[in-house]
Amino acid sequence: MKLLFELSKENRKMNLIPPCDVPEYSFDETLLRKEELRLPQISEVDLSRHYTRLAKQAHGVNDGFYPLGSCTMKYNPRIDEEAAALEGFTAIHPLQPQSTLQGALQVIYEARELLCEITGMDDMTFQPAAGAHGEYTGLLLIRKYHQSRNDTKRVNIIVPDSAHGTNPASATMAGFKVINVSSNENGGVDLEALRNAVGEDTAGLMLTNPNTLGLFDPNILEITRIVHEAGGLCYYDGANMNAIMGTVRPGDMGFDCMHLNLHKTFGTPHGGGGPGSGPVGCKEFLKKFLPKYTVSKNMDGNYYLDVAENSMGKVRSFYGNFLVVVKALTYIKSLGKEGIKEASCNAVLNANYLMNKLKGYYDVAYDQICMHEFVLSLDKMKHETGVSAMDVAKQSLDFGIHPPTMYFPLIVHEALMLEPTETESKETLDEAAEIFIEIARMAHEDPEYLHEAPHNCLIRRPDEVEAARKPILRYEFENDQ
Amino acid sequence: MNNPKELKYTKTHEWVKEEDGLFVVGLTDFAQDALGDIVFLNLPLVGDEVTAGEVFGDVESVKAVSDVYSPVTGKVAAVNEELLENTAMINEDCYNAWLIKVEDVTGTEELLDAEAYEEVCANEA
Amino acid sequence: MSGYVVNTKQEQQEMLESIGLKSMDDLYAAVPEEAKLKELNIPEGKSELEVIREMKALADKNVVYKHIFRGAGAYNHYIPAIVKSVTSKEEFLTSYTPYQAEISQGILQSIFEYQTQMCELTGLDVSNASVYDGAVAAAEAIMMVQERKRSDVLVSDCINIGTMGVIKTYCESRNINIISVKSKDFAMDLDDLKEKLNENVAGVLVQSPNFYGVIEDVEEISKISHDAGAKVIFSTNPIALALLKNAKEVDADICVAEGQSLGLPLSFGGPYLGIMTCKKELMRKLPGRIVGQTKDAKGNRCFVLTLQAREQHIRREKASSNICSNEALCAMTASVYCAAMGPDGIRQVAKNSASNAHYLAAELSKIKGFELISNKPFFNEFYMSCPRECRQIVQQLAEKGYLAGLPISNNILWCCTEMNSKAEIDEMISIIKEAL
Repeated sequence: MKLLFELSKENRKMNLIPPCDVPEYSFDETLLRKEELRLPQISEVDLSRHYTRLAKQAHGVNDGFYPLGSCTMKYNPRIDEEAAALEGFTAIHPLQPQSTLQGALQVIYEARELLCEITGMDDMTFQPAAGAHGEYTGLLLIRKYHQSRNDTKRVNIIVPDSAHGTNPASATMAGFKVINVSSNENGGVDLEALRNAVGEDTAGLMLTNPNTLGLFDPNILEITRIVHEAGGLCYYDGANMNAIMGTVRPGDMGFDCMHLNLHKTFGTPHGGGGPGSGPVGCKEFLKKFLPKYTVSKNMDGNYYLDVAENSMGKVRSFYGNFLVVVKALTYIKSLGKEGIKEASCNAVLNANYLMNKLKGYYDVAYDQICMHEFVLSLDKMKHETGVSAMDVAKQSLDFGIHPPTMYFPLIVHEALMLEPTETESKETLDEAAEIFIEIARMAHEDPEYLHEAPHNCLIRRPDEVEAARKPILRYEFENDQ
Repeated sequence: MNNPKELKYTKTHEWVKEEDGLFVVGLTDFAQDALGDIVFLNLPLVGDEVTAGEVFGDVESVKAVSDVYSPVTGKVAAVNEELLENTAMINEDCYNAWLIKVEDVTGTEELLDAEAYEEVCANEA
Repeated sequence: MSGYVVNTKQEQQEMLESIGLKSMDDLYAAVPEEAKLKELNIPEGKSELEVIREMKALADKNVVYKHIFRGAGAYNHYIPAIVKSVTSKEEFLTSYTPYQAEISQGILQSIFEYQTQMCELTGLDVSNASVYDGAVAAAEAIMMVQERKRSDVLVSDCINIGTMGVIKTYCESRNINIISVKSKDFAMDLDDLKEKLNENVAGVLVQSPNFYGVIEDVEEISKISHDAGAKVIFSTNPIALALLKNAKEVDADICVAEGQSLGLPLSFGGPYLGIMTCKKELMRKLPGRIVGQTKDAKGNRCFVLTLQAREQHIRREKASSNICSNEALCAMTASVYCAAMGPDGIRQVAKNSASNAHYLAAELSKIKGFELISNKPFFNEFYMSCPRECRQIVQQLAEKGYLAGLPISNNILWCCTEMNSKAEIDEMISIIKEAL
């Protein structure tokens, strides 16, 4: 496919902006840009077709089954998009007087009320723009809390070895030292290891439950108790919230603060990698450290921007990814109390149903009832046939399925992680199961074919080594070379 | 596996040899094989202190990163600049693709001979 | 049934039985009883019609101004129709991060095109695939310049207030010292800069046009900073780059910008776009996703996410940034915008914005009590005194559908874009005259 720059021809253009109708201002020569600006010069029809071509080389949720573990690729309801496109939301300036922003402030206020109830938290900020940004913000709450008590020796954050990579990275950014604890044989937190890890230097624990293996840790109350008794706080990574809504809440499991990924659990689209939204919830005692601004309501029923007493300051300009919050609020209003619980139950049911169908053909890493996702280990298959998790994933592309997450979590060898979500029908799961079973058969009969997979995609097995060794990160114009 | 007899090794898969008063450090064949195609190196600067048994840099493959530990305590006298441009040399010829040379060496990690090192590798494989 | 679950209750029951369970509750056997929720206390689900009515009612409670003269970090620019048409394509809207290169060439190529356009605009060598917004981009840039022996950062006191807030938070948690550089006539005081530069300073952050609209002498700031061994972070407005000296021409090491001006609606502050580009030497320190060009097994040109070993999913606690999700769709928006505008279009936007602003400034200056506070050159924003309690004037304009400049103490920070016209400016001037 040609690049925009290769479609460009001198003097082709669109007529978008009228000429200036005030006297044209000329800047002093010394201030002006001299370097040529080589943006594409292109007609609207060529531009439009270019992106239609690119769209055909992308896999959206509507292009087929998308069991990408840990990413919750559920269907994105169209009404959410329609709501977020309302002019009353898109055309408002963030620095308008608050009296002219009552609807926007109410969106944040209502989203906060609903999500606090769903999570068991007492307050929430919508400033963080993504999950990792939320983790960072949540960890700063913990940091502020210990600082406010002059408890400066608490410098360690405990992270299980099965955690998302963002957890340890966020902890470092928030100024903590990371202590890794290993998992037990059931994939849960090893209580003994945890007891040994906590102490006077423990600032807190970061945990995903269900964890990245798709398992709910039955010892969760004991885990949070151990941390609390040592004087630490418990942070809940809400990445896997889609498994438990309506059944159990982080706030009731003993967590003090957490983030949600609205772009996973609450139906807002991923946009090819973003924008997301990572609101952070907390218990009453941490409210006073929340970033500015939060939204409050006064006696007259008017909403206003508020600043927490000992606010950590800002983590993003303005008020976060507002339109994503609009979409999530629309989603929650649509589903309501029954629908929210039903979404999670069916996410879990679909995962168990699919896992059960694949069991005879693949090794399940932890053979027990899973939550919204499960992990296969292709270690044995690789030893027997030479076919790796990567080969199976790439082969699934030929069947029109987005590959499962590969090689994560790190503690399972040759891992494939599948998360069907609740918005897939039984037929889709049956078809997908047949396809993966067929791939398992192919692995034994014709492993060579799988090493070469995919066979029907535009490209096959790009050279990632060369890409990293000799990075080409932008288009090079001919006269540059 | 071909681990030259004249070199010493660490349990963390570095080799070291003494040459003109300098200690030359590199990655072993076992290490490069386990890492796969190496795409980038983070190495210290000339003049930096390194400590036996502690990390002095890391190596990146496409989907992994691994720490490299110093077999000796001393001061970095030279860094293999050529390697930074051509990381493939580590995969192709690891026992000539040295990473750093260390001077003013005051101590060493527990060093193994080739035979003992091969035993370490056998246990990890 | 509410929500988007496909399977009927009966099908759900069959599926449960096929795995040997009786009820949904059995799926949650691992959850301790005492932690279980009895009832979720939120309203019942609603039909699509009811929900859209509610959302419209909320949207209608906001005031949409017909005439906008306020910027201060969020700018009301024209968004070409093609931009929305492209970015609403469901393949772009609903896909995940393009980790699977084979079925993500469309997304990957669009990011590669975005990276190239940002390099062209800023003049620097390498761009990432975006971060959350301009403020976070500035904070991440500060992390990039950290060296073992140099960690302090000098920051102009005329940068955007929101950006300053984010930088403070990020630096505090990493124990990075922020030292404010004083301003003279609303631009960085170069003597104060010289005085504060020393061997502990890792970088200097300057914004131009700055918060007050002033075009700073970044070239001179770079020279002074580089002489003292510090890196220069240039925070700017991408539209201004089409007309004014770019990051390469002022010799900055890193360029960061709020990309909202490039085709994104105001949207009460988000989603926006954090643009980051840098010189080649800093490539490995650039946070976030980066797309690279390579060849596939058949020898065809293709694109992949590259330099991934810098990132959190591989480097974990040693990663220099935790960023995972970014603002990919906003980056694509910016890319379509730049392509639709082309070099002439974007220059026209810059010229019209600046010309309108200078016309407004000239017209306001004719009214007694309105005076430019700084004598320095400005781009499309300027800071002006006000003859009366400024909130009153702002209020009177609001009643006529005009969002005036941002009141700060008793001055006003005015802003124009190509969306404003002569007729509109003249009308506003007469309203102000009447009000006085």
